[in-house]
Amino acid sequence: MNQSLTIALIPLLPLAGFVILGLFGRKYFKKSAGIIGTALLLTSTILALYTAYEYFFVYGKVDGIYQQFVPFQMTWLEFSKGVSIDIGLLIDPISVMMLVVVSFVSLMVHIYSLGYMKGEERFSTYYSFLGLFTFSMLGLVLASNIFQMYIFWELVGVSSFLLIGYYYDKPSAVAACKKAFIVTRFADLGFLIGILILSYSSGTLDFNTLIATLTNPESSHLKTAAASTFLGASALTWGAALVFIGGAGKSAMFPLHIWLPDAMEGPTPVSALIHAATMVVAGVYLVARLFPVFSITTPGVLEIVGWVGAISAIIAAIIACTQTDIKRVLAYSTMSQIGYMMFALGVSTYGGEGGSGYTASLFHLFTHAMFKALLFLGAGAVIHYVHSNDMKDMGGLRKFLPITHITFLIACLAIAGVPPFAGFFSKEEILLAAYHNNMGIYWIALITSGLTAFYMFRLYFTIFWNKPPEAHGIKHGEGGFAMMLPLVLLAVGAAAAGFIPFGEFVSSDGKVLASNFHLEFSIAPVALGLAGIFTAMWLYKKQNSRPDKLAASFNGFYKAAYHKFYIDEIYLFITKKVLFNLIGRPAAWFDRNVVDGLVNLTGTTTQALSEGIKKIQSGKVQQYAIYFLAGVIILATLFIYVIR
Amino acid sequence: MNLLLLIGTPLLTAIAVLLSRNKQQVKWISLAGSVVQLGLAFVLLFAFRQERAENNMAQMLFEQNYKLFSTPNINFHFGVDGISVAMILLTSFVLIAGVLVSWNIEKMTKEFYFLLILLALGAYGFFISLDLFILFFFLEISVIPKYLLIGIWGSGKKEYSANKLALMLMGGSALILVGILGLYFTAGKSFDIMTLSKTSIPGDAQHIIFPLLFTGFGVFTALFPLHTWVPDGHSSAPTAGSMFLAGISMKLGGYGCLRVATYLLPEGAKQYADLIIILSAIAILYGAFATMMQKDLKYINAYSSVSHVGFSLLGIGMLTQTAITGALMQMVSHGLMTALFFAVIGMIYDRTHTRMVNEMGGLMKVMPFITTVFFIVGLCSLGLPGLSGFVAEMTVFMGSWQQDDTFHRIATIAAAMSIVVTAVYILRAIGNTAMGPIKNESYLQLKDANWNEKLAAILLVAGILAIGIAPGWLNDLLRPAAEEIMNKIAGK
Repeated sequence: MNQSLTIALIPLLPLAGFVILGLFGRKYFKKSAGIIGTALLLTSTILALYTAYEYFFVYGKVDGIYQQFVPFQMTWLEFSKGVSIDIGLLIDPISVMMLVVVSFVSLMVHIYSLGYMKGEERFSTYYSFLGLFTFSMLGLVLASNIFQMYIFWELVGVSSFLLIGYYYDKPSAVAACKKAFIVTRFADLGFLIGILILSYSSGTLDFNTLIATLTNPESSHLKTAAASTFLGASALTWGAALVFIGGAGKSAMFPLHIWLPDAMEGPTPVSALIHAATMVVAGVYLVARLFPVFSITTPGVLEIVGWVGAISAIIAAIIACTQTDIKRVLAYSTMSQIGYMMFALGVSTYGGEGGSGYTASLFHLFTHAMFKALLFLGAGAVIHYVHSNDMKDMGGLRKFLPITHITFLIACLAIAGVPPFAGFFSKEEILLAAYHNNMGIYWIALITSGLTAFYMFRLYFTIFWNKPPEAHGIKHGEGGFAMMLPLVLLAVGAAAAGFIPFGEFVSSDGKVLASNFHLEFSIAPVALGLAGIFTAMWLYKKQNSRPDKLAASFNGFYKAAYHKFYIDEIYLFITKKVLFNLIGRPAAWFDRNVVDGLVNLTGTTTQALSEGIKKIQSGKVQQYAIYFLAGVIILATLFIYVIR
Repeated sequence: MNLLLLIGTPLLTAIAVLLSRNKQQVKWISLAGSVVQLGLAFVLLFAFRQERAENNMAQMLFEQNYKLFSTPNINFHFGVDGISVAMILLTSFVLIAGVLVSWNIEKMTKEFYFLLILLALGAYGFFISLDLFILFFFLEISVIPKYLLIGIWGSGKKEYSANKLALMLMGGSALILVGILGLYFTAGKSFDIMTLSKTSIPGDAQHIIFPLLFTGFGVFTALFPLHTWVPDGHSSAPTAGSMFLAGISMKLGGYGCLRVATYLLPEGAKQYADLIIILSAIAILYGAFATMMQKDLKYINAYSSVSHVGFSLLGIGMLTQTAITGALMQMVSHGLMTALFFAVIGMIYDRTHTRMVNEMGGLMKVMPFITTVFFIVGLCSLGLPGLSGFVAEMTVFMGSWQQDDTFHRIATIAAAMSIVVTAVYILRAIGNTAMGPIKNESYLQLKDANWNEKLAAILLVAGILAIGIAPGWLNDLLRPAAEEIMNKIAGK
């Protein structure tokens, strides 16, 4: 088959699903919507795997370097000569890797939802939205033009909005979907202005040309852009920083993360797909895509990326230790892990050994997608069983949910970084990269990895151990084959993905990067991880009063963490009090009373004037005679005394 | 193609409506007339593309010129460029949708449809006129029906709104008339746009005439602070009236600002460009913030129109080819979008008998079709890619960014900030009406859209998608025309 057609079909098939199910699903495919959507996505996944195989093993490597291909590109909207939005397909190691991740996880979620969402009234709508999301995400990954990426960036945002608000009659879901959209929109404003700056500085919107122009110190574009400054920073620094704000919003980086925990109002499989494995890593992908610009031209911004990532990682991990809603724990954990990916990019440099952070970041993205999707789907199975999100309602479930239990345990071990599970390998590489480049970030990362192990096993022990096993009065078991198959497949990924020699496929400059793995270096993180696990076991394996005592001993800090450090409240204050009361309300009042008041005043004045003039023309001859006389006298006075 | 068909068809339709005997006849004649008109608009589009493809690069195509008076020098001079073609397409879409959504008007049906068609006639004539006097004549034709539409079929404080709208628009017209006469006497006694464009008008005269014309047309297109007829006018107007008002009439103003004021008086345009930018940036942000506080759906769309139309004026003020193209795209896009928005509001109001956002909720359950359209138009308004608003706004931003001094940059960023505020008010409106629990039990009995409403919505959605998914065709229409205008401004 034609290569560009194969690749184009990967996003187009889910789009077809969206259109067909969106238009006709309610009427004709009420029952079969799931099968149709899943079949289309299965085809997409097969094509994605085929593309990956072809790229990595057949044609991708030329002279030992993985090349970039643009097998298809068309002009979508031309602004002026050379500056246009193109819709194209960009094939390089990271886009191919992401194709596999997105389509595979999406397929798992499609299959899982066959069981999880069965009997929902808007079943076909659900699958059509899933199709829209998958299409948009794949389009984002394949974008060959920065504006194309922005287009799909917005589309994933809206599909996330639609899916979070899937239970549209629930006020909390409505609030959550609005919040998610508006917070990311705010960040996207940064992205948009960043695009404007970068495209103006480079004279193009095309990724390849843009990167080439902005990393070539000889190019006249770069010299002009570097010379023009605003508030002490060069145009390019502003551009790159603003683009990163866009990425930080989508990837729920501190302080733009507030939408992610609320987004858990959506159906759980959606959380697994969008808010764990794919959309939230779009920010990481964006920075990786523009990595040469960040690392060569604006290293200052890259350092910010690193610190934002590190701070997000630790703050989220602390909050995760205190939450009791299992989906929220997982949401904060996602934020924390994405923080890892971000700072891994932040400590990396372009090319060679220094680029190990880049490889590690994307490696972690890959393994994280596996184990985090698995955690969410496992949590979905648990929620499905106990009909509650709260950890307090769970306990002792290992007897009733054996497959979920085992797969969940594998995922927990993976995320805690226990060898030989997937998370161990990717996290070690990240820590190593940080160790070599930025000790401050390294220490934060090390502490975070201990915390990660602790809160994950807190979750694990409270769900599956803690209380003595008791039947919940529910007859149904774990959910059918449709729900268990994805768990098992993802568990295999979470257990084994670490053995992929990732550096051979993905590196900042396309050259093979040998993984440098040091046993002695791993001692500290693994020991910390194990310590976290055993602490969690000591506290939560059996019901006891130790957790409460511990929480009490931290008192103020615990409370602050439990309330997510009051960041939501700060935002609420800014929007409700400042934006609405200090700007919106006065603007509306000003318009109705001042601007419109002036218009009405003109109206009434004119009317009053004409009323006055009307009275003069009364039709009474005597009055006219008096006016006449008065006029004569005034004129006479004027002529005699004033003008002469 | 003969352009006279474009004004002939509505004229014949209007006469036929007057002669028809019952309501059914009135409706079907109007529908048939507007279908023919839509057909003609497409024929025009393809004929135009055909000519361009055959390398006919004349600025105006299908020109016709008949002498009316020699003193004063007035001619029936018609012709179209890409801008006119796009506007005619827009008018045809809005006309047919307006006819369809008014299907159940009971009060004085014949007069209602007559006025609608008359209004459209004015718009068509306006967009093809190349003689300022005739152009002005058609502009006035489209004003009077609005007064009656609001005054007779309106709701709320309709007399006040009708008066306000008519007086403000008449005030604008007065300025335009003075401006046109000023042009006539300073530029060798001609009303002809093509002749005037080749005449050099002294700078002093331009500095006086430009503000007259721009403000005059600006009133029509809600130039801040002369926009206050918009909220009142829309809230009182019947559904089709609002659709025409925002979808077509406001575009007459934008078209005039560009074709008459900016194109004929480039020196004046340069002189006042900064002021235009300031006013439109204010309108964009201030309109958006004011929208955030509205509770009535019609007020929401009216204020958001002030904000969106600001992009058109901003694009004109930026004086770059891309920005002007974007401004024109925004006119077309906003025309379709706002007409659809008002249509949806009308459909909701017809059922719930309220337009207050906080009295509704959960309408998605009972009216899936209407709320889906509501979602689409809302997302278009907040600039979702794939729908027309995105294309237009991004083109304005890209064009504005080409002006690389701090003033223009700040204005662009301020305008761009509105995309966040827009998201806030659109999601509030959608969230409170379509989503959430049903607040009023009686809403459970409500019916979804009728065939005529569905058809109207589908047509407008198709237009929005056609621009949003494949903007190339519209860009091809507008960009060369914008280039022509820019060449004149740059003095080439």
